[in-house]
Amino acid sequence: MKIMVPVKRVVDYAVKIRIKPDKSGVETQNVKMSMNPFCEIALEEALKIKESGLAKEVVAVTMGPSNCVDTLRTGLAMGADRGIHVEAARDLVPLSVAKVLKKLVEVENPGLLILGKQAIDDDCNQTGQMIAALLGWPQGTFASKVVLDKEKQVATVDREVDGGLETLCLDLPAVITTDLRLNQPRYATLPNIMKAKSKPIKRYTPEELNVEIKSDLEVVQVTEPPKRKAGVILSSVDELIDKLKNEAHVI
Amino acid sequence: MASRLLLQNLSKRHLLRSTFASRSASTLVLAEHEGGSIKAQSLSAVVAANSLSQDNPVSLLLAGSGSSLHQAAEKAATCHPSISQVLVADSEKFAYPLAEPWAKLIQLVQLKGDYSHVIATSDSFGKSILPRAAALLDVSPVTDVVDINGPRQFIRPIYAGNALCTVRYTGANPYSVGKSRFMKLSSQDTGRPDLGSAKIVVTGGRALKSAENFKMIEKLAEKLGAAVGATRAAVDAGFVPNDLQVGQTGKIVAPELYMAFGVSGAIQHLAGMKDSKIIVAVNKDSDAPIFQVADYGLVGDLFEVIPELLEKLPEKK
Repeated sequence: MKIMVPVKRVVDYAVKIRIKPDKSGVETQNVKMSMNPFCEIALEEALKIKESGLAKEVVAVTMGPSNCVDTLRTGLAMGADRGIHVEAARDLVPLSVAKVLKKLVEVENPGLLILGKQAIDDDCNQTGQMIAALLGWPQGTFASKVVLDKEKQVATVDREVDGGLETLCLDLPAVITTDLRLNQPRYATLPNIMKAKSKPIKRYTPEELNVEIKSDLEVVQVTEPPKRKAGVILSSVDELIDKLKNEAHVI
Repeated sequence: MASRLLLQNLSKRHLLRSTFASRSASTLVLAEHEGGSIKAQSLSAVVAANSLSQDNPVSLLLAGSGSSLHQAAEKAATCHPSISQVLVADSEKFAYPLAEPWAKLIQLVQLKGDYSHVIATSDSFGKSILPRAAALLDVSPVTDVVDINGPRQFIRPIYAGNALCTVRYTGANPYSVGKSRFMKLSSQDTGRPDLGSAKIVVTGGRALKSAENFKMIEKLAEKLGAAVGATRAAVDAGFVPNDLQVGQTGKIVAPELYMAFGVSGAIQHLAGMKDSKIIVAVNKDSDAPIFQVADYGLVGDLFEVIPELLEKLPEKK
């Protein structure tokens, strides 16, 4: 079985973001970029499944301008076998990403699609659900545990939902999106980073895949959230109780 | 809390000239029900429909099977003046909130009813189902909406809430809107309040050191009539189950009072609580980032502060 893992290049999670003065977006020039943490978890899960003998190949996919290939190389260094780069403008909406993925699935025929549940830049949490819909495949979103049964061709997925944990059984092929606690992604070792340089990356354009990229959402502006007023450091529990009761009126 | 946000939305609302003069707004709301009643957060979604445009009849979609579904449907008909229609899908297929049959149902209902908007609450139910339904309808959904500026423009948080993005829908088809978690119409009275809608939340971090110690947080929550929350670190360490996690990828809450004990204040946690009305932080480390968002901070040992609070706090009214 082949596993396809879409990965996204995003502003590193530890960076303190700045909003551009013209409010057109968040500043990404000269800012540290990394693979989206949830995508790392997705890739790790695919690699574990391959290492357990249940899959033959892990293919990492990314979409965007040429600097996205860096992220693909990281994925190959972690252990993915091949990479696919679809050249496109930045900031594709999830629906466009899903449409491109659908074409790639038709070409590559994976038995499993594992994605991060959300990207930490747009926080959309949509792409996995959308590609599952376009393919007509079952979905197991926010997965905290995945167990594959090769014989029965099913994946048992524990999901983190509002009420706790929900367990679903999905017929393969299926789409799984990863939540934080699914696994701890590995670091790429130096030998693997070297090996990654010679692993193949295939390039496509959306035209070659017969996908028209058009967005039905337009960003009007990006602004800062309202700032909180500065607070005070108190000196005793008595003072805290007094403030909460008589100043803030919350108890 | 809920009424404050409601007014905010009403004052921001303005009459828009519609580019499709013949099309008036009509909204399909995906509702959740439990034990024969509509869930509070689903009613928030109905209220959101009002923010979209003045004259906006709402059709409520309920799915499930059995008598509790029909009980909920009956109550739904009268639970809000905007609701003009209650659609009921009764089948074993909907006994559990599975995304596949629900998304298909929404597609069918939308194609038949031709609504201008489809709205769901931004909880794990809505987040799982709405994007799938949107793809079937070939539209981009707008998720985690915190503010509505008319029928085509919405504001949503990005970068863990460190920026707000105003997006405009430019497509021709109807579009799906995932409503924000902030709007609540009522809070639950039974036992401990639901974390998503509680007026007071008491959260513990990794500094609690053990599941046993976390009971102190629970005791304090009980004294205050509060819900219990936790940081990702505390959940990862196994002190509490995942449904208590507050943060960018956990629950996002906005109570009247948020008390954080032994919480350092990582960006991803702040994303989940920084819109709380009053934030209290107790931490041994005076440099902890949490103090930058706290209204009241106490630099001290939570193992001393919590027992003192338990002793000195007035009884819950």
